[in-house]
Amino acid sequence: MQEDLDNTATEPPLLQLENISKQFPGVSALNKVDFDLREGEVHVLFGENGAGKSTLINVVAGAHRPTTGRILFRGKEMQFPNVHSARKIGIHAVFQEFSLIPQLTVTQNLFLGVEKGRLGFLDKKKMHQQAQQILDRLGFELNPRKKIVYLTRAEQQMVEIAKVFGSDLSVLILDEPTASLTEKETKRLFALIEQARNDNVGIIYITHRMGEIRRISDRITILRDGNYIATVKTDSVTDNELVELMTGRVIDQIFPTIHYNPKETIFSVHNMTTVDNSVKNVSLEFKRGEIVGMAGLVGSGKSKVMRACFGIEEIKSGEIIFEDKKFTHVTPAKMLDIGMFYIPPDRRNEGLIMMRNVRENITLAALPLFNLSSYSMFLKRKNERALALDLSRRLNLQPPRIERSVDLFSGGNQQKALLARVLTRRTKIFIFDEPTVGVDVGTRAAIYEFIGDLCQQGAAIVLISSDLPEILHLTNRAYVFYRGKLRAELKGEEITEQNVLFHFFEQKAA
Amino acid sequence: MENNESPKTENVLIKWIRKSFIGMGVLPFLIVIATIIFAILSENFLTTRNLVNVARQSTYLVIVTMGQMLALLTGGFDLSVGTILALSSVVGAMAMSAMNAAFPDSVALVIFVGLMAGLFAGLSVGVINGIGVSVFNVNPFMMTLGMASVGFGVALYLTGGVPVYGMPEAFSDIFGFGRFIGVPTPVLVTAGLIIIMYFLVNWTKIGRYFYSVGGNIKASSLSGIHTKSVLFLAYIFCSSLATISGLLLTARLETGEANIGVAMPLESIAACVIGGVSLRGGVGRVENAVLGALFIGLIQNGMNLARIESYLQTVVIGILLIFAVASDQFRQRLVAKSQD
Repeated sequence: MQEDLDNTATEPPLLQLENISKQFPGVSALNKVDFDLREGEVHVLFGENGAGKSTLINVVAGAHRPTTGRILFRGKEMQFPNVHSARKIGIHAVFQEFSLIPQLTVTQNLFLGVEKGRLGFLDKKKMHQQAQQILDRLGFELNPRKKIVYLTRAEQQMVEIAKVFGSDLSVLILDEPTASLTEKETKRLFALIEQARNDNVGIIYITHRMGEIRRISDRITILRDGNYIATVKTDSVTDNELVELMTGRVIDQIFPTIHYNPKETIFSVHNMTTVDNSVKNVSLEFKRGEIVGMAGLVGSGKSKVMRACFGIEEIKSGEIIFEDKKFTHVTPAKMLDIGMFYIPPDRRNEGLIMMRNVRENITLAALPLFNLSSYSMFLKRKNERALALDLSRRLNLQPPRIERSVDLFSGGNQQKALLARVLTRRTKIFIFDEPTVGVDVGTRAAIYEFIGDLCQQGAAIVLISSDLPEILHLTNRAYVFYRGKLRAELKGEEITEQNVLFHFFEQKAA
Repeated sequence: MENNESPKTENVLIKWIRKSFIGMGVLPFLIVIATIIFAILSENFLTTRNLVNVARQSTYLVIVTMGQMLALLTGGFDLSVGTILALSSVVGAMAMSAMNAAFPDSVALVIFVGLMAGLFAGLSVGVINGIGVSVFNVNPFMMTLGMASVGFGVALYLTGGVPVYGMPEAFSDIFGFGRFIGVPTPVLVTAGLIIIMYFLVNWTKIGRYFYSVGGNIKASSLSGIHTKSVLFLAYIFCSSLATISGLLLTARLETGEANIGVAMPLESIAACVIGGVSLRGGVGRVENAVLGALFIGLIQNGMNLARIESYLQTVVIGILLIFAVASDQFRQRLVAKSQD
C-alpha cells in the first residue's frame, strides 16, 4: 500500500525519520524504518507487541539514540542525545510507564525542574494556583495538593498528560493514553488533541483500539518485527486490511504438530472475581490432553485469572474445582501439592533466583519431596544433582553447567532452567504465562515442542500469551479476555486471527 | 634464558592471584598481608600460644557472625545481636546468682537454670524480631534497631548498670576457662557450632530456603515455600547463636554485664561482608564468614601486640570494612567479565 502524497511537497514535514535502525545487544529492535509527521495531524503507530513502536517513539523523544539513520525536524537534521534536548524544541512524550514521583504532590510534579520562586525560595501559592489553572483548562477534576501515590492509575495518567500540555508543544507523543481512562476522560483527552492539532502540533499516537484510530487519526504507519510495513490514510483502509498488515507474517516452521486428545475435565473455575476487580465473574474449564490458550490485550485479565487460581492474586468470590475438590482459598504451596504448576512471565523478578546456580533453581520447588530430602528436612544432594543434570540435558541447556550461576546464562537458557522446574514434580495442569518472552527463535521452537510433548503425555496445559501466533498454532481451544471479562471461547477451526483479534478490541468499533 | 624465564613466572603468578581473587575474594589476601605485617611488628605474633589466643578471643564474634549471616542471607539484618548478648548475659547471671544463693549445693542445677534463663531472654528478642519482620513486614533494619534499644534498656534497667556477680565458680571454670584435651571450651563449642551451621546451611531444606528467600522472595513463594516461616526461623537461629555467645562471654568475664555486646552488630556485619556475604541476600558461605570473623580477631590481636591504641583500632576496622566492600564490587566485575 503506498502513501497518497498530498500537495504538501513544497513544505518539509514537521518531523522526518529516515532509515532509522536501533540495535540492542543481541536484538535488532528497529530495522531501517521511515516515518514522517506533518503539522496538525494525528499519526497512529500500529503493530503487535514487540513490533518496535515503543523503540521508535523512544528514539523521537530522545530516550534512545538510533544506531543508524537521520532525524529531520522542520527539514533540519537534529541529534537528540537525551530527553532534555528533544523537549527543548517541543517534543514531549507521555509514556505508559509514568515519569511521576509518587511521594510528591500533583503541583510539585507538574513544576518539577521548572519550579517558580523568588530569591531561591519556592512560591508554593503561585504554583498551586497555576497548577489549578492548568487542570481546570484541561477539565481534569484533581486536587493539586494531593500526593501522586494516593491517585488512581487513571488520575496519574491525567497528571502525566497535564504535565505535557502545560508546556510548549511541537510534537506530542501519546503511548496508549486511554488505557486506564474512562469514556468521559477519554472524550476530554480527544478534545485536547483536537485543540493541539488546530495549534499545528504533530501528534504520534499509539493504540491497539480500532475505535480510537477511526475517531482521531489521519494516517497510520504499520510496523512488524521492527520493520516498516506501510503508511496508509485512515479513511482508505478497512479494519481487516489493517489487521492483515499488522500480523501478515508467514506461518513459521517453528510450531510443532500437536495431537490433542481432550479427556475428562481436571480443573474448573466458577464465577471468579478478584479483589482488585481485574477479573470479573469468569468461569473456565480445562481438560486433560489439551492446550487452552488465554488471549487478550495486556491488562485484560487473562493472566490475573490464572494467577488467582494459583494463589497469587486475592479472590473475592467464586470457587475453584480441582478433580472434584472445591477450593475457595488457595496458596501456591497448596496448589503445587495437588498438581498445578504456574510458570510466571517475568523470570527475573518472579521466576529465578538470579545469583544462585542452575541446580538450585531447578530443584527449588521439589525439595520437600521424598527423593530429594529425608523427613522433608535433610537434603539428598546426590539425587538433587542427578535430577538437575538430567533435566538440563533434556532441555538442552547451553552451556550444560548446572553449578553456574543463572545470571550468566542467556535469556533463552534462563528460560529453559525455569521450565525445567516444572518437571521436578508430578504435575497434572501446567500454566505457562508468556513462556517465550525475550527468547530467541531457536529456543522458542524448543519450548513449543516441550509444551506439545507435555500435552501429548496427557497433561492439561494453559498457555497465556500476548503473542497471537502462539495462540493460533499451539492451542485447540482459546479463551479471549477483554477488560477483566471472558469475551469468547473459540474451538479448533474457529481460532483464526480475525476471530481472536475481533474480540481483542472494543466491539462497537469493529 | 633467564630473561625469558622471569616474565613467564610473573605472568603465572598474576594469573594465579587473579584466579584466586575471583574464586575466594579479597579475604585470603588480607589475612596473608596482615599476618606478614604483624609478624614483622611483633615477634610474639606468630607463636602458637598467641594464635590459640586469637582463636579463643574470636570465638564470641565467630558465633555471632554465623547468626548474622543467616539474617543477611534472607536479605535482612540483625542489629540487635549486641543486645541479645547483653540481655542473655544479665538475665543468665542474675538467675544463676539467685539460684546459687538459694541452692548453693546443687551447682549443676544452678548452672542449668541460669543457662535456660539466659536462653529464654535472648530467644524472646529473636521471636519478637522474627514476628515483626515476617508477619508485620517491618523492615529488618528498623525492627532490629528498635529491639536493640528495647533490649539494651531492659538489661540496664534490670542491673541498674552494675555488673552482676555471685555466679557459681564452676560456671566460669567450665565454660570460660576450661579445657578439654588442651582445647579451650569456648573454642570447642564454637567448632561444634561451625559444623552444625555448615550442615544446616548446605545440607538441609531450611538452609537452602534461607538462600532462596533472600535471593528472590517472590520466586520462592511461587515455588511453594512458606517465606514467612523461613524469615522467622532466620531470626530465631540468629538470636540463639547470639545467646550462646553471650553466655560463653559471661562465663569468661565471670560477671553479667549490660554492655558486653556493644561492638557486636558492626563487627558481625563487617565479618560477614569481609567474608563475602552479600548485603542484598542470597549469597554467602559459612566458612568464609567464619574466616571474616577470625580475620577481625586477628587484626585486633595484632594491633594490641603492636601497641596500637584501641581508638585507632576501630578506625582500622572501619576502613577494612569499606575496603572489603569496594574490592568485592571490583570482583563482581571480574566475575562478569570472565563469565565463569
